[in-house]
Amino acid sequence: MDNFQRQALLAGAKAELPIVVGVIPFGMIFGAIAVTAGIPPLLAQSMSIIIFAGSAQFIAAGLMGVGTPFLVLLTTTFIVNLRHMLYSASLAEHVRSLPLRWRLLLAYLLTDEAYAVTILHYTGGESSAAIRHWFYLGAGLMLWISWQVTTALGILLGARIPPSWSLDFALPVTFIAIVVPALRDRPHIGAAITAGVTAIVAHDLPYQLGLMAAALAGILVGLALERFNPVRQPATIPQEESGT
Amino acid sequence: MININPETLTMALAILGMGLITFSIRLSLFLLPESVTLAPWMLRALRYVPAAVLSAIIMPELLLPGGSLDMSLSNERLLAGVMAAVVAWRTRNILLTVGVGLGLLWILQALL
Repeated sequence: MDNFQRQALLAGAKAELPIVVGVIPFGMIFGAIAVTAGIPPLLAQSMSIIIFAGSAQFIAAGLMGVGTPFLVLLTTTFIVNLRHMLYSASLAEHVRSLPLRWRLLLAYLLTDEAYAVTILHYTGGESSAAIRHWFYLGAGLMLWISWQVTTALGILLGARIPPSWSLDFALPVTFIAIVVPALRDRPHIGAAITAGVTAIVAHDLPYQLGLMAAALAGILVGLALERFNPVRQPATIPQEESGT
Repeated sequence: MININPETLTMALAILGMGLITFSIRLSLFLLPESVTLAPWMLRALRYVPAAVLSAIIMPELLLPGGSLDMSLSNERLLAGVMAAVVAWRTRNILLTVGVGLGLLWILQALL
Protein backbone atom coordinates (compact mmCIF):
# COMPACT_ATOMS: atom_id res chain seq x y z
CA MET A 1 0.00 0.00 0.00
CA ASP A 2 1.56 3.29 -1.01
CA ASN A 3 0.83 6.67 0.45
CA PHE A 4 -1.94 7.61 -1.98
CA GLN A 5 -3.66 4.32 -1.50
CA ARG A 6 -3.56 4.71 2.27
CA GLN A 7 -4.99 8.21 1.96
CA ALA A 8 -7.85 6.94 -0.21
CA LEU A 9 -8.53 4.12 2.25
CA LEU A 10 -8.71 6.55 5.16
CA ALA A 11 -10.85 8.99 3.19
CA GLY A 12 -13.34 6.20 2.50
CA ALA A 13 -13.42 5.19 6.14
CA LYS A 14 -13.94 8.81 7.16
CA ALA A 15 -16.75 9.34 4.66
CA GLU A 16 -18.51 6.31 6.12
CA LEU A 17 -18.44 7.63 9.70
CA PRO A 18 -21.74 9.59 9.70
CA ILE A 19 -23.57 6.48 8.51
CA VAL A 20 -21.86 4.38 11.16
CA VAL A 21 -23.54 6.50 13.83
CA GLY A 22 -26.89 5.21 12.60
CA VAL A 23 -25.62 1.66 12.30
CA ILE A 24 -24.56 1.40 15.95
CA PRO A 25 -28.06 0.97 17.44
CA PHE A 26 -29.12 -1.12 14.46
CA GLY A 27 -26.30 -3.64 14.96
CA MET A 28 -26.90 -3.81 18.68
CA ILE A 29 -30.60 -4.39 18.17
CA PHE A 30 -29.84 -7.16 15.70
CA GLY A 31 -27.54 -8.92 18.17
CA ALA A 32 -30.14 -8.63 20.90
CA ILE A 33 -33.01 -9.84 18.69
CA ALA A 34 -31.01 -12.78 17.38
CA VAL A 35 -30.20 -14.20 20.81
CA THR A 36 -33.68 -13.55 22.16
CA ALA A 37 -35.05 -15.41 19.12
CA GLY A 38 -33.05 -18.43 20.30
CA ILE A 39 -30.05 -18.25 17.99
CA PRO A 40 -26.83 -19.25 19.77
CA PRO A 41 -24.45 -16.28 20.28
CA LEU A 42 -21.75 -17.76 18.06
CA LEU A 43 -24.21 -18.22 15.20
CA ALA A 44 -25.66 -14.76 15.69
CA GLN A 45 -22.19 -13.30 15.23
CA SER A 46 -21.62 -15.60 12.24
CA MET A 47 -24.71 -14.13 10.62
CA SER A 48 -23.13 -10.68 10.73
CA ILE A 49 -19.88 -12.05 9.32
CA ILE A 50 -21.28 -14.41 6.67
CA ILE A 51 -24.48 -12.67 5.53
CA PHE A 52 -23.45 -9.09 6.38
CA ALA A 53 -26.79 -7.58 5.37
CA GLY A 54 -28.77 -5.96 8.17
CA SER A 55 -32.33 -6.17 6.91
CA ALA A 56 -31.97 -9.77 5.71
CA GLN A 57 -30.37 -10.71 9.03
CA PHE A 58 -33.26 -9.20 11.00
CA ILE A 59 -35.83 -11.11 9.03
CA ALA A 60 -33.83 -14.33 9.03
CA ALA A 61 -33.40 -14.10 12.81
CA GLY A 62 -37.17 -13.89 13.24
CA LEU A 63 -37.80 -16.74 10.81
CA MET A 64 -35.08 -19.02 12.19
CA GLY A 65 -36.45 -18.56 15.68
CA VAL A 66 -39.69 -20.25 14.62
CA GLY A 67 -38.07 -23.06 12.64
CA THR A 68 -38.76 -21.84 9.11
CA PRO A 69 -37.80 -24.30 6.33
CA PHE A 70 -34.39 -23.92 4.73
CA LEU A 71 -35.66 -23.10 1.24
CA VAL A 72 -37.96 -20.38 2.57
CA LEU A 73 -35.02 -18.74 4.34
CA LEU A 74 -33.02 -18.76 1.12
CA THR A 75 -35.76 -17.35 -1.12
CA THR A 76 -36.64 -14.71 1.45
CA THR A 77 -32.99 -13.67 1.61
CA PHE A 78 -32.89 -13.50 -2.16
CA ILE A 79 -35.92 -11.20 -2.35
CA VAL A 80 -34.84 -8.96 0.50
CA ASN A 81 -31.32 -8.57 -0.90
CA LEU A 82 -32.24 -8.32 -4.56
CA ARG A 83 -31.76 -4.56 -4.33
CA HIS A 84 -28.02 -5.16 -4.06
CA MET A 85 -28.06 -6.22 -7.69
CA LEU A 86 -28.94 -2.63 -8.44
CA TYR A 87 -25.84 -1.46 -6.59
CA SER A 88 -23.73 -4.13 -8.25
CA ALA A 89 -24.93 -2.97 -11.66
CA SER A 90 -24.21 0.64 -10.81
CA LEU A 91 -20.66 0.07 -9.54
CA ALA A 92 -19.74 -2.62 -12.08
CA GLU A 93 -18.29 -0.24 -14.65
CA HIS A 94 -15.90 1.11 -12.02
CA VAL A 95 -14.59 -2.21 -10.72
CA ARG A 96 -14.67 -4.53 -13.72
CA SER A 97 -11.05 -3.90 -14.65
CA LEU A 98 -9.81 -4.80 -11.14
CA PRO A 99 -8.21 -8.19 -10.42
CA LEU A 100 -10.66 -10.90 -9.40
CA ARG A 101 -9.59 -10.92 -5.73
CA TRP A 102 -10.43 -7.22 -5.49
CA ARG A 103 -13.83 -7.74 -7.06
CA LEU A 104 -14.59 -10.59 -4.66
CA LEU A 105 -13.59 -8.48 -1.66
CA LEU A 106 -15.50 -5.40 -2.81
CA ALA A 107 -18.59 -7.47 -3.59
CA TYR A 108 -18.52 -8.89 -0.07
CA LEU A 109 -18.40 -5.33 1.30
CA LEU A 110 -21.21 -4.03 -0.95
CA THR A 111 -23.87 -2.93 1.54
CA ASP A 112 -26.44 -0.14 1.24
CA GLU A 113 -24.25 2.02 3.47
CA ALA A 114 -20.96 1.46 1.65
CA TYR A 115 -22.69 1.93 -1.68
CA ALA A 116 -24.20 5.25 -0.60
CA VAL A 117 -20.83 6.93 -0.02
CA THR A 118 -18.87 5.06 -2.68
CA ILE A 119 -21.14 5.94 -5.58
CA LEU A 120 -20.92 9.62 -4.61
CA HIS A 121 -17.14 9.34 -4.65
CA TYR A 122 -17.03 7.52 -7.98
CA THR A 123 -19.40 9.94 -9.68
CA GLY A 124 -17.84 12.98 -8.01
CA GLY A 125 -14.80 12.79 -10.27
CA GLU A 126 -12.28 14.54 -8.05
CA SER A 127 -10.16 11.45 -7.40
CA SER A 128 -7.84 9.39 -9.55
CA ALA A 129 -9.51 6.35 -11.10
CA ALA A 130 -6.43 4.28 -10.28
CA ILE A 131 -6.92 4.39 -6.51
CA ARG A 132 -10.69 4.81 -6.12
CA HIS A 133 -11.18 1.21 -5.12
CA TRP A 134 -9.15 1.95 -1.99
CA PHE A 135 -11.79 4.50 -1.02
CA TYR A 136 -14.51 1.86 -1.55
CA LEU A 137 -12.48 -0.58 0.54
CA GLY A 138 -12.08 1.96 3.33
CA ALA A 139 -15.81 2.72 3.43
CA GLY A 140 -16.68 -0.98 3.28
CA LEU A 141 -14.24 -2.00 6.02
CA MET A 142 -15.36 0.83 8.27
CA LEU A 143 -18.93 -0.39 8.05
CA TRP A 144 -17.88 -4.02 8.42
CA ILE A 145 -15.98 -3.38 11.65
CA SER A 146 -18.84 -1.31 13.09
CA TRP A 147 -21.37 -4.01 12.22
CA GLN A 148 -19.32 -6.79 13.85
CA VAL A 149 -18.60 -4.82 17.02
CA THR A 150 -22.18 -3.63 17.51
CA THR A 151 -23.54 -7.11 16.81
CA ALA A 152 -21.26 -8.48 19.52
CA LEU A 153 -22.41 -5.78 21.96
CA GLY A 154 -26.04 -6.57 21.18
CA ILE A 155 -25.44 -10.28 21.75
CA LEU A 156 -23.84 -9.55 25.12
CA LEU A 157 -26.67 -7.26 26.22
CA GLY A 158 -29.44 -9.19 24.48
CA ALA A 159 -30.49 -11.57 27.19
CA ARG A 160 -30.80 -8.67 29.63
CA ILE A 161 -33.26 -6.73 27.50
CA PRO A 162 -36.84 -7.49 28.59
CA PRO A 163 -39.42 -8.31 25.85
CA SER A 164 -41.66 -5.49 27.09
CA TRP A 165 -39.25 -3.05 25.49
CA SER A 166 -40.57 -4.21 22.11
CA LEU A 167 -37.16 -3.89 20.50
CA ASP A 168 -38.40 -5.97 17.56
CA PHE A 169 -40.27 -2.81 16.52
CA ALA A 170 -36.87 -1.32 15.63
CA LEU A 171 -36.96 -3.33 12.39
CA PRO A 172 -40.13 -1.86 10.81
CA VAL A 173 -39.33 1.56 12.15
CA THR A 174 -35.83 1.49 10.65
CA PHE A 175 -37.31 0.41 7.33
CA ILE A 176 -39.81 3.27 7.54
CA ALA A 177 -36.84 5.61 7.97
CA ILE A 178 -35.24 4.14 4.85
CA VAL A 179 -38.24 3.76 2.56
CA VAL A 180 -40.40 6.82 3.25
CA PRO A 181 -37.87 9.42 2.02
CA ALA A 182 -37.42 7.30 -1.13
CA LEU A 183 -41.11 7.58 -2.06
CA ARG A 184 -40.50 10.61 -4.22
CA ASP A 185 -42.72 9.95 -7.23
CA ARG A 186 -45.96 8.21 -8.09
CA PRO A 187 -44.47 4.94 -9.35
CA HIS A 188 -42.53 4.47 -6.11
CA ILE A 189 -45.54 5.38 -3.95
CA GLY A 190 -47.72 3.02 -5.99
CA ALA A 191 -45.17 0.22 -5.69
CA ALA A 192 -44.95 0.70 -1.92
CA ILE A 193 -48.72 0.82 -1.31
CA THR A 194 -49.41 -2.14 -3.59
CA ALA A 195 -46.71 -4.25 -1.96
CA GLY A 196 -47.88 -3.28 1.54
CA VAL A 197 -51.54 -4.10 0.86
CA THR A 198 -50.64 -7.35 -0.90
CA ALA A 199 -48.47 -8.36 2.04
CA ILE A 200 -51.45 -7.85 4.39
CA VAL A 201 -53.92 -9.70 2.18
CA ALA A 202 -51.52 -12.56 1.43
CA HIS A 203 -50.11 -12.75 4.92
CA ASP A 204 -51.56 -16.17 5.72
CA LEU A 205 -49.97 -17.84 2.70
CA PRO A 206 -47.31 -20.37 3.70
CA TYR A 207 -43.58 -20.18 2.99
CA GLN A 208 -43.34 -16.39 2.93
CA LEU A 209 -45.19 -16.51 -0.41
CA GLY A 210 -47.00 -13.38 0.71
CA LEU A 211 -43.70 -11.47 0.69
CA MET A 212 -42.90 -12.74 -2.79
CA ALA A 213 -46.34 -11.89 -4.14
CA ALA A 214 -46.12 -8.46 -2.54
CA ALA A 215 -42.69 -7.70 -4.00
CA LEU A 216 -43.78 -8.81 -7.46
CA ALA A 217 -47.06 -6.87 -7.36
CA GLY A 218 -45.25 -3.75 -6.13
CA ILE A 219 -42.64 -3.90 -8.90
CA LEU A 220 -45.29 -4.43 -11.59
CA VAL A 221 -47.39 -1.51 -10.39
CA GLY A 222 -44.29 0.68 -10.23
CA LEU A 223 -43.42 -0.19 -13.82
CA ALA A 224 -47.00 0.32 -14.97
CA LEU A 225 -47.28 3.75 -13.34
CA GLU A 226 -43.95 4.73 -14.86
CA ARG A 227 -45.54 4.41 -18.30
CA PHE A 228 -48.09 7.07 -17.39
CA ASN A 229 -45.77 9.19 -15.32
CA PRO A 230 -42.25 8.84 -16.74
CA VAL A 231 -39.45 9.25 -14.22
CA ARG A 232 -37.44 12.26 -15.24
CA GLN A 233 -34.01 11.24 -14.15
CA PRO A 234 -32.26 8.68 -16.37
CA ALA A 235 -32.13 5.07 -15.32
CA THR A 236 -29.81 5.48 -12.39
CA ILE A 237 -29.60 4.64 -8.80
CA PRO A 238 -31.88 5.93 -6.07
CA GLN A 239 -29.31 7.09 -3.58
CA GLU A 240 -31.87 7.99 -0.96
CA GLU A 241 -32.83 4.38 -0.71
CA SER A 242 -29.79 3.54 1.29
CA GLY A 243 -30.18 1.73 4.55
CA THR A 244 -28.95 -1.50 5.88
CA MET B 1 -16.86 -27.28 24.20
CA ILE B 2 -19.36 -26.29 21.60
CA ASN B 3 -22.39 -28.50 21.85
CA ILE B 4 -23.64 -29.13 18.32
CA ASN B 5 -27.21 -30.31 18.16
CA PRO B 6 -29.15 -30.86 14.91
CA GLU B 7 -31.04 -27.60 15.32
CA THR B 8 -27.81 -25.61 15.59
CA LEU B 9 -26.38 -27.41 12.57
CA THR B 10 -29.47 -26.59 10.50
CA MET B 11 -29.16 -22.93 11.50
CA ALA B 12 -25.46 -22.91 10.56
CA LEU B 13 -26.21 -24.37 7.14
CA ALA B 14 -29.00 -21.85 6.60
CA ILE B 15 -26.64 -19.00 7.49
CA LEU B 16 -24.05 -20.29 5.02
CA GLY B 17 -26.72 -20.52 2.31
CA MET B 18 -28.05 -17.04 3.01
CA GLY B 19 -24.51 -15.68 2.96
CA LEU B 20 -23.80 -17.35 -0.36
CA ILE B 21 -26.97 -15.94 -1.92
CA THR B 22 -26.26 -12.43 -0.64
CA PHE B 23 -22.66 -12.56 -1.86
CA SER B 24 -23.72 -13.87 -5.29
CA ILE B 25 -26.20 -11.03 -5.74
CA ARG B 26 -23.55 -8.47 -4.84
CA LEU B 27 -20.92 -10.07 -7.03
CA SER B 28 -23.23 -10.74 -10.00
CA LEU B 29 -22.56 -7.68 -12.12
CA PHE B 30 -18.92 -7.38 -11.06
CA LEU B 31 -18.16 -10.58 -12.96
CA LEU B 32 -19.84 -9.77 -16.25
CA PRO B 33 -17.55 -8.75 -19.10
CA GLU B 34 -17.65 -5.08 -19.97
CA SER B 35 -19.68 -5.64 -23.11
CA VAL B 36 -22.58 -7.12 -21.14
CA THR B 37 -25.00 -4.91 -19.26
CA LEU B 38 -28.41 -5.42 -17.71
CA ALA B 39 -31.37 -4.82 -20.00
CA PRO B 40 -32.98 -1.41 -19.38
CA TRP B 41 -36.27 -3.03 -18.33
CA MET B 42 -34.43 -5.06 -15.69
CA LEU B 43 -32.77 -1.97 -14.28
CA ARG B 44 -36.14 -0.22 -14.23
CA ALA B 45 -37.76 -3.14 -12.42
CA LEU B 46 -34.89 -3.31 -9.91
CA ARG B 47 -35.47 0.32 -9.00
CA TYR B 48 -38.80 -0.57 -7.37
CA VAL B 49 -37.41 -3.49 -5.39
CA PRO B 50 -36.41 -1.56 -2.23
CA ALA B 51 -39.73 0.31 -1.91
CA ALA B 52 -41.80 -2.83 -2.64
CA VAL B 53 -39.89 -5.26 -0.43
CA LEU B 54 -39.44 -2.93 2.53
CA SER B 55 -43.13 -1.91 2.46
CA ALA B 56 -44.14 -5.56 2.32
CA ILE B 57 -42.18 -6.09 5.53
CA ILE B 58 -43.37 -2.91 7.29
CA MET B 59 -47.14 -3.09 6.72
CA PRO B 60 -47.88 -6.46 8.38
CA GLU B 61 -45.76 -5.39 11.36
CA LEU B 62 -47.96 -2.33 11.81
CA LEU B 63 -51.39 -3.66 10.86
CA LEU B 64 -51.23 -7.29 11.95
CA PRO B 65 -49.91 -7.17 15.52
CA GLY B 66 -50.42 -10.63 16.96
CA GLY B 67 -51.52 -11.96 13.58
CA SER B 68 -54.92 -10.33 13.03
CA LEU B 69 -55.86 -7.10 11.31
CA ASP B 70 -56.12 -4.20 13.75
CA MET B 71 -56.82 -0.77 12.28
CA SER B 72 -58.11 0.74 15.51
CA LEU B 73 -56.60 3.57 17.54
CA SER B 74 -55.65 1.10 20.25
CA ASN B 75 -53.05 -0.41 17.91
CA GLU B 76 -49.91 1.18 19.39
CA ARG B 77 -47.64 -0.11 16.63
CA LEU B 78 -49.78 1.45 13.93
CA LEU B 79 -49.83 4.83 15.68
CA ALA B 80 -46.10 4.79 16.37
CA GLY B 81 -45.36 3.65 12.80
CA VAL B 82 -47.48 6.38 11.22
CA MET B 83 -45.81 8.99 13.39
CA ALA B 84 -42.37 7.61 12.47
CA ALA B 85 -43.34 7.84 8.79
CA VAL B 86 -44.25 11.50 9.23
CA VAL B 87 -40.88 12.17 10.89
CA ALA B 88 -39.07 10.28 8.12
CA TRP B 89 -40.94 12.26 5.46
CA ARG B 90 -40.12 15.59 7.09
CA THR B 91 -36.55 15.06 8.28
CA ARG B 92 -35.08 12.13 6.25
CA ASN B 93 -33.18 11.40 9.45
CA ILE B 94 -32.86 7.68 10.18
CA LEU B 95 -31.79 8.05 13.81
CA LEU B 96 -34.55 10.52 14.64
CA THR B 97 -37.18 8.35 12.94
CA VAL B 98 -36.14 5.25 14.84
CA GLY B 99 -35.98 7.21 18.09
CA VAL B 100 -39.43 8.73 17.67
CA GLY B 101 -40.98 5.43 16.56
CA LEU B 102 -39.60 3.37 19.42
CA GLY B 103 -40.09 6.12 22.00
CA LEU B 104 -43.69 6.66 21.02
CA LEU B 105 -44.39 2.93 21.13
CA TRP B 106 -43.07 2.77 24.68
CA ILE B 107 -45.16 5.77 25.76
CA LEU B 108 -48.30 4.36 24.16
CA GLN B 109 -47.75 0.95 25.68
CA ALA B 110 -47.38 2.55 29.07
CA LEU B 111 -50.55 4.62 28.59
CA LEU B 112 -52.92 2.26 26.76
